[in-house]
Amino acid sequence: MADAAPILSVKDLRVGFRTLDGRVDAVRGINLNVKAGETVAIVGESGSGKSQTMMAAMGLLASNGSATGTVDYRGRNLLGLPKSELNKIRGSKISMIFQEPMTSLDPLYTIGSQLIEPIRRHRGLNAKDAHAEALRLLELVRIPEPRRRLRSYPYEMSGGQRQRVMIAMALANDPDILIADEPTTALDVTVQAQILKLLADLQKKLGMAIVFITHDLGIVRRLADRVYVMRSGEVVEEGATQAIFSTPKHDYTKMLLAAEPTGHKAPPPPGAPIVLEGRGVEVTFEIGGGFLAGDPMILRAVDKISVALRQQQTIGIVGESGSGKSTLGRALLRLLPSTGVIRFGMKDIAKLDREDMRPLRRELQLVFQDPFGSLSPRMTVGQIVTEGLLVHEPGLSRADRDRRAIEALREVGLDPAMRNRYPHEFSGGQRQRIAIARAMILKPRVVVLDEPTSALDRSVQKQIVELLRDLQQAHELSYLFISHDLSVVRAMADYIIVMKEGRIVEQGETEAIFDHPAEDYTRTLMAAAVDETRFRAAG
Amino acid sequence: MTDLAATAARAEATRGRSFWGDAWARLKANRAAMVSLIYLGLMAVVCIAGPWFVPHQYTTIYADYVRTPPSLSAYPKPEMIETALADVMKRMRVDLKEWHQEGERIFVTVTSSREIDERNTRYVDRSDTFDDARVEEKSADGKTMVISAAIKQQYFLFGTDNTGRDMLSRTLMAGRVSLAIGLLAGVVAVVIGVIYGATAGFLGGRADEIMMRIVDVLYSLPFIFFVIMLVVFFGRNFVLMFLAVGAVLWLDMARIVRGQALSIRRQEYVQAAEALGVSRTGILARHIVPNLLGVVVIYMTLLVPQVIILESFLSFLGLGVQEPMTSWGVLISVGAKNIGTANWLLLFPALFLVSTLFALNFVGDGLRDALDPKDR
Amino acid sequence: MLSYVIRRLLTAIPTLFVIVTLAFFLIRVAPGGPFNQERGLSPEIRANLEAQFGLNDPLWLQYFNYLKNLLRGNFGPSYNLPDFTVGELFANGLPISIQLGASALVLALLVGSTLGVIAALYQNRAADYAVIATATAGSTIPTFVIAPVIQLLFGLTWSLLPIGGWGDGAFVNKIGPVLTLALPQIAIVARLMRGSMIESLRSHHIRTARALGLSEWSVVVHHALRGALLPIVSYAGPAAAALLTGSIIVETIFSIPGVGRYFVDAALNRDYTLVMGTVVVIAIFTIVFNLIVDILYAVVDPRVRYD
Repeated sequence: MADAAPILSVKDLRVGFRTLDGRVDAVRGINLNVKAGETVAIVGESGSGKSQTMMAAMGLLASNGSATGTVDYRGRNLLGLPKSELNKIRGSKISMIFQEPMTSLDPLYTIGSQLIEPIRRHRGLNAKDAHAEALRLLELVRIPEPRRRLRSYPYEMSGGQRQRVMIAMALANDPDILIADEPTTALDVTVQAQILKLLADLQKKLGMAIVFITHDLGIVRRLADRVYVMRSGEVVEEGATQAIFSTPKHDYTKMLLAAEPTGHKAPPPPGAPIVLEGRGVEVTFEIGGGFLAGDPMILRAVDKISVALRQQQTIGIVGESGSGKSTLGRALLRLLPSTGVIRFGMKDIAKLDREDMRPLRRELQLVFQDPFGSLSPRMTVGQIVTEGLLVHEPGLSRADRDRRAIEALREVGLDPAMRNRYPHEFSGGQRQRIAIARAMILKPRVVVLDEPTSALDRSVQKQIVELLRDLQQAHELSYLFISHDLSVVRAMADYIIVMKEGRIVEQGETEAIFDHPAEDYTRTLMAAAVDETRFRAAG
Repeated sequence: MTDLAATAARAEATRGRSFWGDAWARLKANRAAMVSLIYLGLMAVVCIAGPWFVPHQYTTIYADYVRTPPSLSAYPKPEMIETALADVMKRMRVDLKEWHQEGERIFVTVTSSREIDERNTRYVDRSDTFDDARVEEKSADGKTMVISAAIKQQYFLFGTDNTGRDMLSRTLMAGRVSLAIGLLAGVVAVVIGVIYGATAGFLGGRADEIMMRIVDVLYSLPFIFFVIMLVVFFGRNFVLMFLAVGAVLWLDMARIVRGQALSIRRQEYVQAAEALGVSRTGILARHIVPNLLGVVVIYMTLLVPQVIILESFLSFLGLGVQEPMTSWGVLISVGAKNIGTANWLLLFPALFLVSTLFALNFVGDGLRDALDPKDR
Repeated sequence: MLSYVIRRLLTAIPTLFVIVTLAFFLIRVAPGGPFNQERGLSPEIRANLEAQFGLNDPLWLQYFNYLKNLLRGNFGPSYNLPDFTVGELFANGLPISIQLGASALVLALLVGSTLGVIAALYQNRAADYAVIATATAGSTIPTFVIAPVIQLLFGLTWSLLPIGGWGDGAFVNKIGPVLTLALPQIAIVARLMRGSMIESLRSHHIRTARALGLSEWSVVVHHALRGALLPIVSYAGPAAAALLTGSIIVETIFSIPGVGRYFVDAALNRDYTLVMGTVVVIAIFTIVFNLIVDILYAVVDPRVRYD
């Protein structure tokens, strides 16, 4: 099997895009092969060109993109093929699933009609047979109540179910090759694991080749036979998965493999004082309702939660989207109305109004997930970083503020000379450093970190984690670290709270939780992270 | 300390591209928008300064030149001299015996049954065609006289209207009025809309809901009804009226600004400012307003042509600017009524109006692309 | 579905009531009255007329009388066109305005969306620029310029069409007015359609459809176009209400006996009943077409429910 001729071979593929700043090359002459029935992974960080490679092969480039080279599928060059010929191969012999399960299905048609359309087109079945086939496919991807689901619209289904439907559509015509472009990135970890298992099972059953495009080394190690590592539009290393993981040759591959956040945090000294404490904190939202619209629904986002954060402690709050972890973080900072007791130091701050909270704000800071949305596009980095000083140290002169901005930027590892620039001129990781500098300049005691690394590439994540740990050490900070990513939490936190549907499911010392999770939910959450941990131990 | 000075120097060198600087660079790259912008500038200069340089007043009536077609050469044309002369003779109550032209002057021999008063030559000067009338010869009985007069050279590049007024000066004057009204009412609408919309969006909740419900009700009243009521109330004072028109056009602006304000309020950078303890006014001044400005500028460029069209429309209906003051709408309305016989009455004002609207439109599109580059 | 329509119509009643009330008092506080302008009307006759139409009653009484009559479907007599009731004026004029408006609307939707789709499919190429240029021209040149130009070219210069008049609804008489009404709408619809089609073509589910090897026809018409229609549907509602209730410009320039001219004349002459009648008719059209839009919306988009 290993010696079989490739069914898909890409030679000297170049992909470029016309933009206002001239031509941008996304892929710069790469070669890769896919053999029948094997699983190939294309790994790289954002901007490496890994997706555009396969988009070009499928004729799905955006209108300003163009590709040269050859993409040879069983003797035919897909790049030169007229659309009508290409359409006989796309969706039939080669099919593709995408990263965005929520938007990849047409919202205006039922699941059934979207499944039936490609079946009829490629196989020429009559309506009745195609319907039966669609039903079989939904059963194949293990969607409950498939008969009813045929009549459902995409909006009536969850992200995981939609991705299953996408897989069913892709497999409808028995393809030779299934291209999966980050198929699980947008899904919660528990769902991720299910989808990956489904894909592995289906491959065993149907025997197609799978091309995984991913940034997630855990997926690669678990599923792929061979790996191509891409950076800046080029393949820097290729080989069997085992070989790549055990003896990486290229520096970039080594860096990627080492990019897993490592180390862990020691618990605070015993008897460290409690700095921030919440008791029976509850946050509710009204949904709908309003003027003339009847009674609103009440959603309990945080349901009577108690938490105590000690000086120099990091509490990791983990849970899937919608578990209420971000809401809890904001409620504790009094950025959302809540009920219950919140103490900062000796003081009950739950009843304080806006004015009375203001002096305390400098000691209670927040860093957001999205490094793009959390910096005002109209202000320079210097203005952003010093905005808090305007409030809390109004006596400072302009020059003093400037000096403080320089110090703060230097502390987070940025060149202070950049402070007259605007956020859009920085990369994601740099922006996150700016956001951290904005919080740190006030010398806070407590910082709530709301998924500060989730939007970043692995290698950048690692740097941010290390930066945050260094800052904590230097300033005796206390962190509330909110994340869905357990491998990052493990490296950051000494105590973990697991949340689900607004409640605490489990809590305890980090190592204890990782070694002996008591709840099923915690175990499923850890499935992905644990796997990578084992690999790290092996490697 | 030298280190600090060095970074300060480097910081100066790496001054970033601001949002507005970026937008301006993008706008400059858009050729249609830049040409339009220059065109608008020229149009404004021509309309504002032009009337002082055109040799005709926009109100002056040239009785000899009613509905004269536009021409690049000077009036009067030869055949017009005779008609004008006959007209003068009638006023002088004398008979024309003979006339001929020598260069720039004409020599006219007139007779009458009675003695001719020399002062009657003033009728020649009063004519729009001649001036500098002199008595060259006079017969002994005073019943025959030779009068010479200079032919007044006049240019009517755009022709004249039904009462003999120069269309060039009228079109430029109309441009002043139309552009001024567009700007005035546009600013009024934007100011009201921004204040109302930003307040609703920033307050949110119940206040927002009630404020927007009011906008909804105003929306469902026929727009033209409103305008007519305003005309009725404010009479024909055009400044007052267009303040009022601006006061009607703010509804869209209010909706747009409110939507924007709501979405900006939800942005993480506003939440970050709240977490820093920034006051409401600080958030409004440093975050909401600067981020709203782009939308306001875009909408303003869309609003100005809207107001100009509205003004023309009202003037067309006879509800707008009143004679002898004029605007493009007034001129077009007259032109439309005379389209069969004197099409230049429609042609020139329509050309000015439409080209201005075109240019505004391109500038608006260009600004939208420059300020909101998410499409690319 | 039916209960939704009934519920929507019921909620429209308070809106209509607010509009009627607002309009009634607005026009009444305006200075002047229906019989002030006519010269040579002796004070006695004027007093007589005012008494006859109940204009001397207290305003609130007049208001309630008006509402009472309105509920019976009686719009009252016209003050300035004394031979007609407001109802008769609408019975005569509205069919004409509706004919013109409906033709213009259909034309605009067909031509405009076709142009928009073509422009979107050939984005940034010659066909696209041609459509953009046409649309810009169509939406910037005011109706009161287009109409005389059509008259000049087709009526006077080439003598293909009558210059104006209704001609008992002869086809040639409708061409000019319908074109004038349709041109700006074509421009707006084409622009809207181009924008929403480009966005629709960029969406992820279109990428899915292409990846599945569906035919270009199916991708464009079946998947992209249907989603792109939604903004057009929302635009068409208010546009229909405005078009069907007549255009003062077009009806004046082409001498069409529709209802579009009444509004301005009536307001200027303080023909209270005619003004109110027009306001009510326009409001009803607006409400009905907004309802139709909402129903159509739900037909196109399954995510919208009747509740």
